[in-house]
Amino acid sequence: MRTNDVMLQTVTKVVTFLILMFAVHIFFAGHYTPGGGFVGGLLTASAIVLLMLAFGIRTVKKIVPINYVVMTSVGLLVAISTASASVLFDVPFFTHAYDYFDLPLFGKTSLHSALLFDVGVYLVVVGVTMTIIQTIGEDE
Amino acid sequence: MSLVFLIFLPILAALFIPLLFKKVGQIHTGWFVLLVPTVLFIYYSTLLPTIAEGGSRMSQLQWIPSLDIAFIAYIDGLSLLFSMLITGIGALVVLYSIFYLDKYREQLHNFYVYLLMFMTAMLGVVQSDHLISLYLFWELTSISSFLLIGYWYTRDRSRFGALKSMIITVFGGLMMLGGFVLLSIMGNTYSIRELIAQAPELVNHDFFVWALVLILLGAFTKSAQFPFYIWLPDAMEAPTPVSAYLHSATMVKAGLYLVARFTPIFAASGTWVWLVTGVGLFTMFWASFWALKQTDLKGILAFSTVSQLGLIMSLLGASAAGFHVENAADTYFKYAGFAAIFHLINHAVFKGSLFMVAGIIDHEAGTRDIRKLGGLMSLMPISFTIAMIGSFSMAGLPPFGGFLSKEMFLTAMLTMTEFDMFQFETWGILLPVIAWIGSVFTFIYSFYFVFRTFAGKHKPEELPKPAHEAPIGMLLSPAFLAILVLVIFIIPNIVGDWLVKPAVAAVQPFMYGSPQEVDVHVAYWHGFNTELFMTLGIFAVGFLMFWTLAKWQKSYDLYPDTLTLNRLYDHMMFLSDIGANRFSRLYMTGFIRSYLVYMFSFLIIIVLGTFVLNEAFAIDMNNLAPVGLYEIVIMIALLGSTLTILFSKSRLTAIIALGAVGYSVALFFVIFRAPDLALTQLVIETISVALFLLAFYHLPQISRKEERMRFRLGNAVIAIGVGVTMTLVALTAHAGKALPSISEFYKETVYTEAAGGNIVNVILVDYRGFDTLFEIAVLGIAGIGIITLIKLRLTKKEGQHENK
Repeated sequence: MRTNDVMLQTVTKVVTFLILMFAVHIFFAGHYTPGGGFVGGLLTASAIVLLMLAFGIRTVKKIVPINYVVMTSVGLLVAISTASASVLFDVPFFTHAYDYFDLPLFGKTSLHSALLFDVGVYLVVVGVTMTIIQTIGEDE
Repeated sequence: MSLVFLIFLPILAALFIPLLFKKVGQIHTGWFVLLVPTVLFIYYSTLLPTIAEGGSRMSQLQWIPSLDIAFIAYIDGLSLLFSMLITGIGALVVLYSIFYLDKYREQLHNFYVYLLMFMTAMLGVVQSDHLISLYLFWELTSISSFLLIGYWYTRDRSRFGALKSMIITVFGGLMMLGGFVLLSIMGNTYSIRELIAQAPELVNHDFFVWALVLILLGAFTKSAQFPFYIWLPDAMEAPTPVSAYLHSATMVKAGLYLVARFTPIFAASGTWVWLVTGVGLFTMFWASFWALKQTDLKGILAFSTVSQLGLIMSLLGASAAGFHVENAADTYFKYAGFAAIFHLINHAVFKGSLFMVAGIIDHEAGTRDIRKLGGLMSLMPISFTIAMIGSFSMAGLPPFGGFLSKEMFLTAMLTMTEFDMFQFETWGILLPVIAWIGSVFTFIYSFYFVFRTFAGKHKPEELPKPAHEAPIGMLLSPAFLAILVLVIFIIPNIVGDWLVKPAVAAVQPFMYGSPQEVDVHVAYWHGFNTELFMTLGIFAVGFLMFWTLAKWQKSYDLYPDTLTLNRLYDHMMFLSDIGANRFSRLYMTGFIRSYLVYMFSFLIIIVLGTFVLNEAFAIDMNNLAPVGLYEIVIMIALLGSTLTILFSKSRLTAIIALGAVGYSVALFFVIFRAPDLALTQLVIETISVALFLLAFYHLPQISRKEERMRFRLGNAVIAIGVGVTMTLVALTAHAGKALPSISEFYKETVYTEAAGGNIVNVILVDYRGFDTLFEIAVLGIAGIGIITLIKLRLTKKEGQHENK
């Protein structure tokens, strides 16, 4: 018999988005200020965990239908392809490139291939954390 | 034709044996094998004239040129003599085995492959001039002998004998390898000829005596000298052709060959003369004494082989004495070397025939037990004649080859009493005495062997099969050898000129430049001298003792079994087995705690030991940063929570305290200005505390008893020791900081080169992204591991666990 978690669920609905926004912020800010893929990933995972606490694992599995093992492998794939892409340009493995672009909405923006690598890290961290929690949580 | 190729000819021929056995089953495989030793024997015979004039033949095949390792076949008098023995007796043994082994019941392909392998190994041993390839062939003889002794591998005794001979001879082989390596370091060459050339300089080298003893160990184990002879009687489980070939005529003489070959190098040493002569003579006496206790025909022959090998060994030792005597070639000292080689030939011939006769009796009467045999003289007249010739030659009776070599043996031993170096003047008198007693026993067991088998009363009821004469094919080889025994007696000087003298010149190059200088003439009659009276004494006493044998043979049983060398060997094997087991059990407790204790103790010992030995400990108080209030406060919190973990009664408290440690560390990161680390540390600490709580929640009820961690002094000492050690290391490392940090480079280039502001993140994804790549791989593996652990529980199904 579940107790009525209406307060928790209501707060969660708001806080989850705050945490997710913060996670995205910290992820993108990582190159210039504290943060990065690792912490960003952990924060994202914690937002999902909060959802799980409030609504239960099965419900969350329905609203966020992600296979976290696949997510982990995609993250690893992204990381290794970013690292090895440099080989195509005849420079050593893991050489990053960056430049400044004038993007329509953002104005002058620095785009860095290290960001792609960080995306890989982010995906792996989220994937692994969620895999662990989900697997242990579902275990009887 | 290349001599090296000829060495490998038998083993190459062996490749075709299984094919011939399977495809050409109607013809006994032995007939094809017979070709190989025959061809080789004929070829080696054609070298005789060259070698008898003092020439030599050599050929070389590079093996590992960069390490100066090659197969060098070098044939001089000694090598040629051995090569001819190996191929000649080899051919006769193969001929004998054709009639001895049944082509339908026996696994002939195995037998002949092993035998040919052995032939290559033996030829390699006696012809190699290179130490390493000599060792290679030496071990190959051990291995092929192991295979041949264990030929009837379904019998327990065969496997035991094979293992025993393997262990003892390989032990000796490894010792010999050590000696070879020392020798090659001393002389800076692997070539035996070059080593002999530098022999005078080698004597004073530090390694000289080491090399000498190690090489002698190899020779003594192979040639079954005291106390290593114990493998040979057990090797009699092999098929009789093998015993005849390996364990009387060839392999056991490899040790003699080694001693003979290295005599020019080591003769200068008194240790060599004493060891070789003394061990050889004692072996001769000891084995001839115990031969009379044996009741198995092959057992008697095994002990007699040991005894005769000891005799030859002692003569080789005596021949080294010639090095120390001026003008030795003009004195009686010249006899020892000649007698050794001459008796070596004699022994190979008569012992081969005796083994074959023992095999015939076993084959035709069904037993080798001398107590059941008797009165076969009229049933097996030809075998009896052969056995008598062989035994009388062994006993040293005229008119057989053994008589001549026995005379020379006594001469040589008497001469040694005149040798006045290395304390021979005091102890030397023992030599002829022991030699004489040994000869008496040799006489008795020779008579024992032949007359207990063939004379006396026939006991058909005790024999498994009715005894009858062997087929002619089986008698061919022993008969030929028996005729050879007679021929050697008739023409000893021709044998001496063609075979013995070139070999003697190779053994004693310090006395003779060429075979022609060997001035020994074998005579039947030396006049009335000491040797003659000694021989007559041997005959008289030996005959008397044999006559009364039944009365005193029982006294052998008085000797307790517990004191025998076999028992010692068995105990050594047993104890090393048990001991190693106990030792492993002693420290492999199965408790992780014990292994952690070992690891941490060794960490302390090694690190602190290094500090003490190198006087490396240092404290540098400069360059220390000032300590602020915040650091002190956090430090106290950290210490407090650490102590709480150690002394808390409940696990829950410990987990919470561990969380406190983690958060204090995060605070440290904050005040030491590491925001990324602090962020990560906070999140990770939270997750891991949650996981701990999960583990705690699922603890089984039984072990949930709340009790304080037990105090153990040993644990405390080790824990404090590790703490102190690592503190010392950290302090010393700080004091020894010599180079400026690389971080200046990062600071300067983080924006210009990598277009970033957060050094930590730029290092993680750019400067050292490679590490990060594998760290996320580690994470992924951990995730998969947890899935596997939780979802895939095969142990639940029955019969899946490997230990069940």
